[in-house]
Amino acid sequence: MGQTINGVLRRHGLILAFLVFLGGVALNADAFLTPGNILDVLRQVSITGMMALGVTFVVLTGRLDLSVGSLLTLLTVIVVDQHNIAGPFPAIVMTLLVGVAVGAFNGLLVGFVGLNALIVTLAMLSFLQGLVLFYSGGSNVNVANAQETWFGVFGRGDFLGLPVPVILFLVGAVIAGLVLQFTTFGRRVYGVGGNETASIFSGIDARWTVFWTYVVSGFTTGVAAVIMGSRVMGAQNTIGQGYELTVLAGVILGGTSLLGGSGSIWRTVIGISMLGFIQNGLLLLGFPYYVQWLVTWAVIIIAVWIDLGAKRGRIFA
Amino acid sequence: MDDVILKVEGITKTFPGVKALDNVSFDIRPGEVHALVGENGAGKSTLMKALAGLHKPDSGQIVYQGAPTEVTGPLDARQKGILLIHQELSLSPELSVAENIYLGAWPTNRFGVLKKRELRRNASKALEALGCGFGPDVRVGTLSVAMQQMVEIARAEAFSANVVIFDEPTASLTDTEKDQLFHTIRGLKARGVGIVYISHKMDEIFDITDRITVLRDGQVQGTVDTADTDLNQVTRMMIGRTLDTFFVKAKAEFGEEVLRVEELSKSGLFQDVSFSVREGEVLGLYGLVGAGRSEVVETVFGVRRADGGKIFWKGGDIALPTPRQSIDMGMALVPESRKEQGLVLMMGGRENTSLPHLSLFSELSVMNRPKELATFEKYRSALSIKTTGPDQAVSQLSGGNQQKFVLAKWLCADPKLIILDEPTRGIDVGSKSAIHELIADLAERGLAVIVISSEMPEVLGVSHRVLAMSEGAVVAEFEGDDMTEENLIDAVSHHRGEAAA
Repeated sequence: MGQTINGVLRRHGLILAFLVFLGGVALNADAFLTPGNILDVLRQVSITGMMALGVTFVVLTGRLDLSVGSLLTLLTVIVVDQHNIAGPFPAIVMTLLVGVAVGAFNGLLVGFVGLNALIVTLAMLSFLQGLVLFYSGGSNVNVANAQETWFGVFGRGDFLGLPVPVILFLVGAVIAGLVLQFTTFGRRVYGVGGNETASIFSGIDARWTVFWTYVVSGFTTGVAAVIMGSRVMGAQNTIGQGYELTVLAGVILGGTSLLGGSGSIWRTVIGISMLGFIQNGLLLLGFPYYVQWLVTWAVIIIAVWIDLGAKRGRIFA
Repeated sequence: MDDVILKVEGITKTFPGVKALDNVSFDIRPGEVHALVGENGAGKSTLMKALAGLHKPDSGQIVYQGAPTEVTGPLDARQKGILLIHQELSLSPELSVAENIYLGAWPTNRFGVLKKRELRRNASKALEALGCGFGPDVRVGTLSVAMQQMVEIARAEAFSANVVIFDEPTASLTDTEKDQLFHTIRGLKARGVGIVYISHKMDEIFDITDRITVLRDGQVQGTVDTADTDLNQVTRMMIGRTLDTFFVKAKAEFGEEVLRVEELSKSGLFQDVSFSVREGEVLGLYGLVGAGRSEVVETVFGVRRADGGKIFWKGGDIALPTPRQSIDMGMALVPESRKEQGLVLMMGGRENTSLPHLSLFSELSVMNRPKELATFEKYRSALSIKTTGPDQAVSQLSGGNQQKFVLAKWLCADPKLIILDEPTRGIDVGSKSAIHELIADLAERGLAVIVISSEMPEVLGVSHRVLAMSEGAVVAEFEGDDMTEENLIDAVSHHRGEAAA
């Protein structure tokens, strides 16, 4: 009964492996399951998670957004720098607008011109990294009046005992989940991802649908940048490096299919949180921080493999 | 040794919802050409794939050279001496002829390095045996289709095949090329190779084959000696039940004109197509595959862009609509390919049904789920669709039930015109007649209906008027007593003859 074993593996295999991992870490690192550490993990996750919400929209249409890493860097530099120049509120608005504009440009090239999403967003990743250095001139930026501004609330504040960034992430997740499940836009996203041709035959304009998913992705990366800038009260030129793959790993670890049409926001929340705990656990076990790059690799390969296996009806080809 | 090389014994193969092969048995003798005929969906290609190891049968066995044999894949089949020559050739255009002949089974030394000289020598031998006019070093991509086919046939020589299966081998050949192919087939036959010949073209079947086995709905209807039979008998065996099926035709009470198309053209696909259809009228569009029927209606619907021509909706010029505009006006298209164009397979019946009309099922962009559910239930019972619930993925349903959801998704918005492109292809007989009745019912309720079909009895049975299409043009129109199979065949084949001359 290959189908059943596969079904169990797909539904519960990863969760099982994750629980075993959690138990293992907890036995070896006392700090792991303390409230303080858990909140730390969630604070970290809130940034990648916020980005992953938007990227989930893109992946659901069967496309990719690899530009979000450099976009996070650029937007964090912008929000911090503009905070010093124009004040917190205009800085935030400007950051979100630039995020949306970059998303719209990706969406134009992928949705309307019909270029390959991987290439378009990979090229954008490179372009934005260059743009960051043009903008900043190569130097890091810091919030000048860190003690006086209310800007710190997004990354450092607490509300009712919960960190504000975690609240922002959860509120964002609820909104994104509702949009996907209950609106016509959500339905179009699933339709285009599930069968683009059939959706076009049903009068859905796949080009606009794809376009808007990239806009959403640009917007959520903008929100993530606000949290990041507020948390660090500064920005280095490489602050978002590698985030594009961490975010993607979280999305597909949750079980959203890279082939499009199947997946959800709650899956992304689970996936990106699991990834956060895995990386934190490895740090507590004494691995160097750069082990996270190796973990990202392993997670992407395993998750894609399982997804492919489920599509083909078996794990091993 | 008896005089049978390969024997299929009681093979059954079931796909979700459909029995593709039902206890099929037949045999191939050395030195004979054995035709396998049947309508689309009769099970020919499934049987062929079972022989080539692409499908594993649920039960039954293949006896090859006197021993039960399991074929694990195309390469395994080839090495055992069973060669399948596909309609779409399986060659790699960037490789040489020699490399293609031995594709996947290249001679190598113990370091895995290709033995080029041996490869060339063996390939040359195979090509010479067939009398090919090209050498082993030519890049396959530069050869004509007919020559590429020869490369595939050369594999039969190279692997000393005992059985060669041809699937629609003449589909893209000219007459001269066809003669050459038949010459080659007769050569193989003379050397004792058993040949399976699959084709829709009856003249070829009667020209080259020795025996004919007819498949229908996954069952063998019989095997006859070609010399002892005629076209009439074979056709009867192929069509069987369909001939006796009773078609309900809608009452001929027509209202206003709904759609008129004038001189619609799209270069390379169709030219100057004009027609119109009225309320309550069923217009049939007949033609062979490739005549441009689907392309015309897809252009009217807006999925394709025309180069020229006009489309009028209720008398008004609507230029070239987008699918969205067409749907909002009241046009519906049940497309040719249910799985690729008709449904989002991973969605359930509920979501598929509302997909073309999201604005009707929502307020301020928020989906109205109770309304969706009510519509789903309404059509589930009206069309008696068998599904476990609103969210059971339609991929799990049978072809007939899937097709009913495609109908549901269009009917739920009360269209004025419904275009049905091959609405009964590949579905079971029961669902077929349900769809025929539905067509009549829709017309009597005042809808304009266009039905495209390559099944002649169907198109004649349900339509009030039939257009014959060939090679991208409307070649004839028949009404009333002129609507006969002979007239349709004449129209379509006469035109083809003219075009060839």
